Amino acid sequence: MSEQATDSGDSGLTGADTRQAEFEVHNKGVLGHIQHALHVNPTLVPVIILLLSVAVFYVATDGKLLTGLAIKVTLEQTAIVGILACAQTLVILTAGIDLSVGAVMVLSYVAMGHLAVTYGVPTPLAIIGGMLVAMLCGLANGLLVTRLRLPPFIVTLGTWRIVLATVFLYTGSQSIRSQDIDAEAPALKFFGERAELFGLQFKIMGVPQIWALVLMIGVFVVGWYVLHRTAWGRHVYAVGDDAPAAELAGVATSRVLISVYVVAGAVCGLAAWAAIGRVGSISPSSFAEANLESIAAVVIGGTSLFGGRGTILGTLFGALTVGVFTTGLKLAGADPQWVLFASGCLIIVAVAIDQWIRRVSS
Amino acid sequence: MSLRKYLFAGAAAFCSSALPALADGHEIGACLITKTDINPFFVKMKEGASAKADELGISLKSYAGKVDGDHESQVAAIETCIADGAKGILLTASDTKAIVGAVQKAREAGLLVIALDTPLEPIDAADATFATDNFKAGELIGAWAKAKLGDAAADAKIAMLDLNESQPSVGVLRDQGFLTGFGIDVGDPKKWGDETDERIVGNEVTQGNEEGGRKAMENLLLKDDGINVIYTINEPAAAGAYETLKAFGKEEGVLIVSVDGGCPGVQNVAEGVIGATSQQYPLLMASLGIEAIAAWAQDGTKPENTPGLDFFDTGVNLVTDQPADGVDSISVDEGTERCWG
Repeated sequence: MSEQATDSGDSGLTGADTRQAEFEVHNKGVLGHIQHALHVNPTLVPVIILLLSVAVFYVATDGKLLTGLAIKVTLEQTAIVGILACAQTLVILTAGIDLSVGAVMVLSYVAMGHLAVTYGVPTPLAIIGGMLVAMLCGLANGLLVTRLRLPPFIVTLGTWRIVLATVFLYTGSQSIRSQDIDAEAPALKFFGERAELFGLQFKIMGVPQIWALVLMIGVFVVGWYVLHRTAWGRHVYAVGDDAPAAELAGVATSRVLISVYVVAGAVCGLAAWAAIGRVGSISPSSFAEANLESIAAVVIGGTSLFGGRGTILGTLFGALTVGVFTTGLKLAGADPQWVLFASGCLIIVAVAIDQWIRRVSS
Repeated sequence: MSLRKYLFAGAAAFCSSALPALADGHEIGACLITKTDINPFFVKMKEGASAKADELGISLKSYAGKVDGDHESQVAAIETCIADGAKGILLTASDTKAIVGAVQKAREAGLLVIALDTPLEPIDAADATFATDNFKAGELIGAWAKAKLGDAAADAKIAMLDLNESQPSVGVLRDQGFLTGFGIDVGDPKKWGDETDERIVGNEVTQGNEEGGRKAMENLLLKDDGINVIYTINEPAAAGAYETLKAFGKEEGVLIVSVDGGCPGVQNVAEGVIGATSQQYPLLMASLGIEAIAAWAQDGTKPENTPGLDFFDTGVNLVTDQPADGVDSISVDEGTERCWG
């Protein structure tokens, strides 16, 4: 490694080496170069995994995977977990984990539904109420992690159960039916199949069914911007990479952590609104595995569970890979048991590739 | 020293709060152990058991697994009931084979064990079984769908929306009952998915909830968008499947059938979302169970089976507003009146 000034204004350096700081890669061969390329572009791995999955399942399903309908269904099935995975990425980047995202989403939509349908609160206020509930859950997680200094895994393991129990106790495990939502508060289904707000149907090129997707992509774009173009985003990475060092460098780590959990809660609230549109009814027992699915998407997307490394776009591709796997296997006629089996293998393979790439820096 | 004082005070408080429980020790104790306490079906069961227990002066304790399939919690609950000196246990087993050992222990300790809703394997591992005939529940909706389609049944395209990957007996019985009622050869009756009849488009799992029903139906419509009959394991899954049909613009001309007969489900029958549903009676099951425990505690009598069956049939009725020839059914009004009674 050599580090030299390149300023030509200093005549004393004329003729000196003009290379910038760089790492030299010795004797690594083709594989080593690939490993290096993957290391410096962390989003590349999930993209490659996604493309490979598409190719394999395209062949396995005789091309059915890439018909318009199959693509639409895959994307729609990905949307809610994708949004949750976005929240999960924020938390995992801080070297934490949020086991409560799915439960917080369910509590949030239950709150929206009961405010609007049961208590007759105007729908926009009900949605805001549900979002606030989700953010309060996030705040509770953040305070427990920072003030009591408990590991995020433990905190969210606890809040996951507390939140779910609250949902079941409050609702008596009963769903609010789709027809009742249509009658009382149709705007709750804005992100659903027939997006309607205040009596108007919103369509893009005559297709009324992609608003949850638009929301997901929007969340990812905003997430990418905030993480990579703002001071807060850099602080999130810094806290995840080395919290004591970040503290010494003047980052208010506690405040950053709390804000991350609150923002994650808000994103769960958005997912909650979209979920009502997707499922139709407001069901306390749906999305039981959403927290684990969101973690799978983040992990397959290449974000390190040890924090500080990964990109939010990787998560998007991770979530899409899970979607392609699920739809592909089902279209290929695999039994549900094999779909479960394959999704487990996918997680292990993705993390194994990630570990292999990391060795480049050792 | 002050810490010790607190400890003494705490222990004294604990003992005094425990005293009323000890005073109740001479009452008849009974346990209700369900698969989960979040499924409305089991919530109803608990309501039925609690009401009857209050009426008969029985002290009832309820236990449940954390999720469907949580066997360990149920074993622990049985052990707790034995230690507690209960007279009997009402059990909805998560794992019908594995629980048999624990049930045996309870029976040896003198407890009456009644399987509710889900028969144990073997069925005589429990003293009695109070259940819906799940096979018959499936058979009724299968026969109704076949009669409804008439000649078109020969070219039907059927989606099977099952419970979960582990194929619990309740899901298998309903699935195989439906196929039998529809006139399809079921292969091995102990599992779903091995049928070769071309009318079946595929089996998908729903976890018995709306989201699962939604996804499962999407995946099956991707395989074949000509599906015109949908079997669903329960009414939440049916509601989810209907959302998919709406999204695909296919809600007309597709028959959805289901099992459960909960009040929201019957309302969906009234509104045409579900064509017909088989109604079961969890509240009745549980209250009969409590009565049986009371009788056992009093004079040692055991409940008897329904003649011709190896369990006590708590009944099942097909609820529909479109009765079909040759298939007994009750109206939506009656179904609403009896929903989960």
